[in-house]
Amino acid sequence: MEPIIELIYGVPIVGLVAQLIGYLVAILPDIAPIVYRAAIPIGFAALCGVMCERSGVVNIGIEGTMLVAAFVGWAAGVFLIPVLGEGDPGQVFGVTPAILVAFLLAILSGLIVAAVHAWLSISVKADQIIAGTIINIAAFGITGYLNTLIAKSSPSGAGAFTKFEPPEALTEIPFVGWIFEMFLAQGPIGMSLLVIVIAFQVFLFRSRWGLRTRSVGEHPRAAETVGINVIALRYRNVIVAGGLAALGGAFLSLEVTGSFQQGMTAGRGFIGLAAMIIGRWTPLGAFGAALLFASSTAIGQSIGFAPPPGELGTVLGQLPTQFWDALPYLVTIVVLAGVVGKSIPPAADGQPYEREAAT
Amino acid sequence: MSARLRQAWDIVALPVISIVLSVIVGSVVIIVSNWLVAGEIQPGLAVDAYKALIEGSIGSFNAVVSTLVAATPLILGGLSVGLAFKGGLFNIGVQGQFLMGALGAVIVGVMVRESPPLIAIPLSLMAGMLVGAIYGFIPGFLKATSGAHEVVTTIMLNFIAIAILAAMVGGPLKVPASPQPITLDVGNAALPVIFGRNGHIGIVYAMLMAIVYGWLLFRTTRGFEIRTAGANPDAARYAGMSPRRIIVWTMSAAGLLAGFAGATELLGVNHYMTASYGTTVGFDSIAVALLGRTSPLGIVVAGLIFGGMRAGAPAMQITAGVPAELVGVIQATILFFLVASPVIQRIFRLKSAKVAIEETGTFAKTYGSETVAR
Repeated sequence: MEPIIELIYGVPIVGLVAQLIGYLVAILPDIAPIVYRAAIPIGFAALCGVMCERSGVVNIGIEGTMLVAAFVGWAAGVFLIPVLGEGDPGQVFGVTPAILVAFLLAILSGLIVAAVHAWLSISVKADQIIAGTIINIAAFGITGYLNTLIAKSSPSGAGAFTKFEPPEALTEIPFVGWIFEMFLAQGPIGMSLLVIVIAFQVFLFRSRWGLRTRSVGEHPRAAETVGINVIALRYRNVIVAGGLAALGGAFLSLEVTGSFQQGMTAGRGFIGLAAMIIGRWTPLGAFGAALLFASSTAIGQSIGFAPPPGELGTVLGQLPTQFWDALPYLVTIVVLAGVVGKSIPPAADGQPYEREAAT
Repeated sequence: MSARLRQAWDIVALPVISIVLSVIVGSVVIIVSNWLVAGEIQPGLAVDAYKALIEGSIGSFNAVVSTLVAATPLILGGLSVGLAFKGGLFNIGVQGQFLMGALGAVIVGVMVRESPPLIAIPLSLMAGMLVGAIYGFIPGFLKATSGAHEVVTTIMLNFIAIAILAAMVGGPLKVPASPQPITLDVGNAALPVIFGRNGHIGIVYAMLMAIVYGWLLFRTTRGFEIRTAGANPDAARYAGMSPRRIIVWTMSAAGLLAGFAGATELLGVNHYMTASYGTTVGFDSIAVALLGRTSPLGIVVAGLIFGGMRAGAPAMQITAGVPAELVGVIQATILFFLVASPVIQRIFRLKSAKVAIEETGTFAKTYGSETVAR
């Protein structure tokens, strides 16, 4: 085996690719948990996008929805701690009453923000992209304002969920142990992502709700003629999708940090949109794209930390680290431009539904 | 009311009502949030805050100067978004074009920092405009050739711009002796200060650009084509215009304006660049274009209003203790009321008032379509 690998590595260009693959396989177990953790908020944002756009509503306000949820998750804790007390961290995930209530309020805030977007997009029939832009501007403004106001006395929030510690018997299994580590060594929000992705995928393509949602996104008029209430379904889906985005936001403030920083979503809502596009508007695809995007940054960091040996190391060492940050966006543009495999949105995406007037 | 007055009121009614309502919402936010945090209701706080805000934006000569300085990139960015709006395109990429324009200006500015200002300044400004135009050309070209929606591509390009900027400032442009990633000063390429302590000439450029914008849109064939393509792409095509060419041209021109905004900001205010150089001009420009309803005069006025709010916000935070971010809240509320204008019209019985911007009804509608017809 060894001599064959050595031989392949020696071939120009092809050898470099082989070396890169070899390097990636070697670092995979180490970076996998980091990658999954980084992919969680992106994944939730992407799922939110899938649910909205499959119903025919463009939502570029995901970033803002996440930001509000992240803020509420922290700020609610600030007000709850004096009422509910610190509480004893539970056995599982270190849950305290304050964390739990703060979490629920964060989700609620996401639903409310999404309801505003739904109202503007579906009832007012405003341009959905402008509506989403306003959600983003408003979220940035109001969270920044309240954060400055509350943070004056530098209070602490409710704290954060802790990670689950999977038994060593699982994580120490040779070759596949890291997979358990990746998915199980997470907090409750992180763990739920995988479950939600699978459930969403099944429901979208195998249930009555899924069929109706897809028909409303592709051809709302036809959907209405068979008795589906287009307006109601769109409202419901956009609002529920807001809850998904809120999970991503709550993950940042209630699972990663336990605190809030101005603009802490840092564009993850927009990367989620890109993941949705690369994943061709399917939950599973979007999740996969989120993992790929998250791995780009992780690979960049890994190269800076422990560069691969030999020729490959010299080549990669010349790339600025920012290249790896920008790679997901470049890939998205390339895919959108149809260079590699065209990604086509639902046909009625972005178009407000106008009921036919009864005459 | 005379007919002329009536006409004028129809145009400004919705923006004015939106601003008034937003100021009211802003006061409610101030009083309620203060009550939540401090535990007492102070109705006077809102008045104090607005007084400080106005004082800080037009209360003194220095305040007026800082308002004009803050308004400069907003007006140029607003013109960029407005031009795209007119052509039925949503340029959400002002942020990226602005950063690339600033980067282009700093690269050339550092190279010519020893040359006489009369050579250095135009060269650096043109470099910023050129790089901005190229950065606007990309999404325009992609939309024209493959139908890739400009909203998504420009958002992606915004993030790519941040990465390019950080890589350049941390790499080839970095001052070798400096521990931090930072570029050299642009030296003689810095824009001259024409009034006060820091009132650079940029505001004059912005006003001139607003005039060029109005002339281009309403006095030239190209402008007529842009407006036709924006209002009705099919009609434009039947009239023998090429929607694809117009898209590429409009996005490039919008990129040029945003790049110009970045170049003036860098050469007029910052004079050098750090790796974390960022801006909020991207989203603010959208607000300016919407409030100014894409008209040149409207954009200048809206830019001055938002610029004044940005300039006065620190004073408000210091004297009244109300966080400067309140400006963002008011800005978003104004936009909210503008977008919800059908509802506002019904409530205030403004049947004849002009709806925000007609062209903005088309962005999301083309989101699901694949390609632009030839």
